[in-house]
Amino acid sequence: MIDRAQVLHVAKLARLDLADDEVDAMARELSAVLDHVERIGELELDDVPATSHVVDVVNALRPDEPRPSLPRERALENAPEVVDDGFGVPSPGAAS
Amino acid sequence: MSATDLIALTAAEAAEQLRHGHVSQTELFDAYRERAAADRAAADDGLNAYTWVADAAPAETGAAHDAPLHGVPLAVKDLFCTEGVPSQSGSRILAGYRPPYTAHVVEQLERAGSTLLGKTNQDEFAMGSSNENSAFGPVRNPWDRERVPGGSSGGSAAAVAAGLAPWALGTDTGGSIRQPAALCGIVGLKPTYGSVSRYGMIAFASSLDQAGPFTRDVTDAALLYRHMVGRDERDSTSLAHPDAIELPKGVDLKGIRLGVPEELTGEGIESGVREAFNATLALAEQLGATVETTHLPHAPHALSAYYLIAPAEASSNLARFDGVRYGHRTQDPDDLLDMYVRTRAEGFGPEVKRRIMLGTYALSSGYYDAYYGRAQKVRTKISEDFRAAFGSFDFIVTPTAPTVAFRLGEKTADPLEMYLQDFCTVPMSLAGIPAISIPNGLSDGLPVGFQIAGPAFSENRLLNAAYVLEQALGFDGTAPRQNGGGLA
Amino acid sequence: MSTAYEPVIGLEIHVQLKTKTKMFCGCELSFGDPPTVHTCPVCLGLPGALPVVNARAIHYALMVGMALGCELAPRSIFHRKNYFYPDLPKGYQVSQYDIPICSGGHLGDVRIHRAHLEEDAAKLIHVGSSGRIHGADASVVDFNRGGTPLVEIVTEPDVKSAAQAREWLTLLRTTLRQLGVSDVNMEEGSLRCDANVSIRPVGSDVLGTKTELKNMNSFRYLERGVEAEIARQIALVESGEEVVQETLHYDPVSGAISSLRSKEEAHDYRYFPEPDLVPVVLTEEMIAAARAELPELPAQRAERYEQQLGLSADSARLFAFRSELGDYFEAALASDADTGDGGAQPLANWISGELVARIGDEDPASSKVTPQAIAQLAALVRSKAVTQGAAKQVLDRLVADGGEPNAIVEAEGLGAIGGGDELADVVKRALESDPAAVEKLKAGNMKAIGPIVGFVMRETKGRADGGEVNRLVREQLGL
Repeated sequence: MIDRAQVLHVAKLARLDLADDEVDAMARELSAVLDHVERIGELELDDVPATSHVVDVVNALRPDEPRPSLPRERALENAPEVVDDGFGVPSPGAAS
Repeated sequence: MSATDLIALTAAEAAEQLRHGHVSQTELFDAYRERAAADRAAADDGLNAYTWVADAAPAETGAAHDAPLHGVPLAVKDLFCTEGVPSQSGSRILAGYRPPYTAHVVEQLERAGSTLLGKTNQDEFAMGSSNENSAFGPVRNPWDRERVPGGSSGGSAAAVAAGLAPWALGTDTGGSIRQPAALCGIVGLKPTYGSVSRYGMIAFASSLDQAGPFTRDVTDAALLYRHMVGRDERDSTSLAHPDAIELPKGVDLKGIRLGVPEELTGEGIESGVREAFNATLALAEQLGATVETTHLPHAPHALSAYYLIAPAEASSNLARFDGVRYGHRTQDPDDLLDMYVRTRAEGFGPEVKRRIMLGTYALSSGYYDAYYGRAQKVRTKISEDFRAAFGSFDFIVTPTAPTVAFRLGEKTADPLEMYLQDFCTVPMSLAGIPAISIPNGLSDGLPVGFQIAGPAFSENRLLNAAYVLEQALGFDGTAPRQNGGGLA
Repeated sequence: MSTAYEPVIGLEIHVQLKTKTKMFCGCELSFGDPPTVHTCPVCLGLPGALPVVNARAIHYALMVGMALGCELAPRSIFHRKNYFYPDLPKGYQVSQYDIPICSGGHLGDVRIHRAHLEEDAAKLIHVGSSGRIHGADASVVDFNRGGTPLVEIVTEPDVKSAAQAREWLTLLRTTLRQLGVSDVNMEEGSLRCDANVSIRPVGSDVLGTKTELKNMNSFRYLERGVEAEIARQIALVESGEEVVQETLHYDPVSGAISSLRSKEEAHDYRYFPEPDLVPVVLTEEMIAAARAELPELPAQRAERYEQQLGLSADSARLFAFRSELGDYFEAALASDADTGDGGAQPLANWISGELVARIGDEDPASSKVTPQAIAQLAALVRSKAVTQGAAKQVLDRLVADGGEPNAIVEAEGLGAIGGGDELADVVKRALESDPAAVEKLKAGNMKAIGPIVGFVMRETKGRADGGEVNRLVREQLGL
């Protein structure tokens, strides 16, 4: 189960603006899914190692050799806002 | 050769014709391009399989003439980055995005001679099992336009089934190649995780995503996959395939042991699908295989583990869509926080939001151990289940999807019911093992899929077994091609 | 009655590694280049791009771990630390979390908790209300720096004062510089230090609430900032208030400390193993390669100076911790074959005392005084060919113009006046000029010798040896 307050907290962590009716729908839908997935709680898994990779690879390392970077125009071509040859954003200071 | 004759060729046959000069690259490309473009132009009357179609055939180049796939057009799922060409992953947040680089696997196929025919529609960020979650509208099933093609690679599946492409690239995270292949009556291979580079694939769930081919037959699947594999130094999780990929040539299934997991073949499988599955098991026995019931004890929990792991990774993978460097940004934000929350609220569709929320929750403080941490342990148990099963069996077989193609809108109201579509395909994704779906006849006039899964890197054997069954089944998939696309 | 408090300080140090390329992509590292010229799909966080670990960053981290006496993890992994900020292109930072590459260890008397690898954020520049971005002050993100490899070193709370924090960080900087893994420049940001500060009553072993002090971008500011925070906490506690756990910003100009983030915003980084990377498993080769490149470290160097050269503990530490002084000292020592027994300490004193007094923090190797010159000067004093006073004048000339001590002594006539008639004559004139002092001396008041010596030194321009003057005075007065 997940309630409205939790939905709002998670939405803030995820930086998603939810309309009022979306919050209720989200709480309902997530609760239904969680209800189902929580069944893994029934399993005895204490000594089981976690799998984060199914591939048996270690040390995929790259030599410290420079590769060409993107030309600045290419790097900036999809930017919503270009300021002084960089990516323009509202100042973080104004957000808190 | 007429356009109808041209599109009747499998990709392998077309490559052969091109090699001998019986068909020109432009001729073949145009035959497909015109059909693809007509479908795209047909709007609501078409399949909506493509989000972008090439303007013209690429210039004939003599140089690459001996490349193995020279001149064979390729449709590519929207989420593969293609330099200068829209790559939007079915999302409004990436509407019009043209990346400055090309995905490794597309680059590799172009080097092998393929030409980019178009980008195919998909569920937004590959999240969905019906292709109704695309910002660019739903894709329709060429067998019945009132029905879904499956997802998330629905555009690729529909395009190949309808003869709008000789073959196509898709990606599979929990079934996104196999399930639409089944629902559209074509072949779809989800390869061993790591065998195809993910570099340039717009990520959904990094530890599960894998690119694979959609083709009309198993031979084409082997041919396309052959040119997709290889270790890529830009993808840390990629591995060299230990074998060269062979074109299949088996004649029977003598000595092959098929395991039928009780957990994935019981409840929830539609009767028509079950009948087709059982019939094919009987056929396999006639071809020399032994068929026995087996167990994957943790498979019933696979879906739960998957719907924790995939959304968790997705919630993080999709954090980069913040309106700073590319993609949608909301108009006139009040401040930084406002820019983030509105950009993302406007850019993402409902299913993507749902999964971001679910994943964020599963990773958040106090819940990690119970959700994500536990799911990772279930993943370990599922891998162990398969390992044990492959001690006694060459392959595990199941229906690919529990149902045939359902009606548009039929399952959109209930996310959980939609998630159950992935019931039979998700366990293999969690274990990272290869699985193929081949057409298994029709149920009520709609295609059914038969799934064969093998141990990691067993693709050659898997393709051989699939080929033998395909030959014996003799499925005729030409029906949707007759009236496919906007040429209907 | 007022309680005495003692501070408990732990440091978190971010060290930019001096690799050629970034942590996870082949873009070159740069400092001071124009914006957006060292970026690629990986470090811009473009959709579909994937990270690959820089082998040299692992190598450097191992060297750091070895130098700090850490335990090296046989298998370490990377996590994602999720949060939104414009300087973080992917919405998460790739960092080591529960299995860092190095853990434990110590440097000097401060224990190391851990040292791990991560990627640096980009540079966020505030450009004010430009009008170009609606309704808000604008900032610009320059991703050139984004993805630079960092080693984050976290100490145990073993530091007991602001001065010790500064001194220890100096030792760490020298160690890292010696390793050659970083430019370790605080002003340029290649060495950054945060301090976790708390206080407790002297004798208590309960830890107080700690605050995290950020943005101290010089050694001086570190010391001042920590000092100020200790004072702030004591004042709070003494007035009956509580220290609140928060992140603080120290403004070096005003000396003010302010809260950086509102405390309501609890951080939930949602760490999970980075699925795009695979574990780093140490091989014999990797360990051997790192060990082979380890230079002599400051602690070992100090020991060598004390044990083999007989330097005082202070001199040994100074030369070991300020490696440029140590290098210069060793070059000077090598240029003078006769330094031999007991000669090293006087030479050391000339460098650590007189030379440093004249050139400050400057690297002596880039001054006009060559190591040969300082060694020659020390030798002239040792053989009494020049007096201490004259030698200081020679050093003034060396610092200003360079050159050779012998030549300067010759040209300026600064050679010591020995025990011959010349000095005896000057002493005689000095006694004659001050009958009052002579009276006092004869009455046994030896303090009166001061004006006599002063006279002689003035007359000889400091070339007279003090001991010899003393002897001649006694001789001539029959004392």
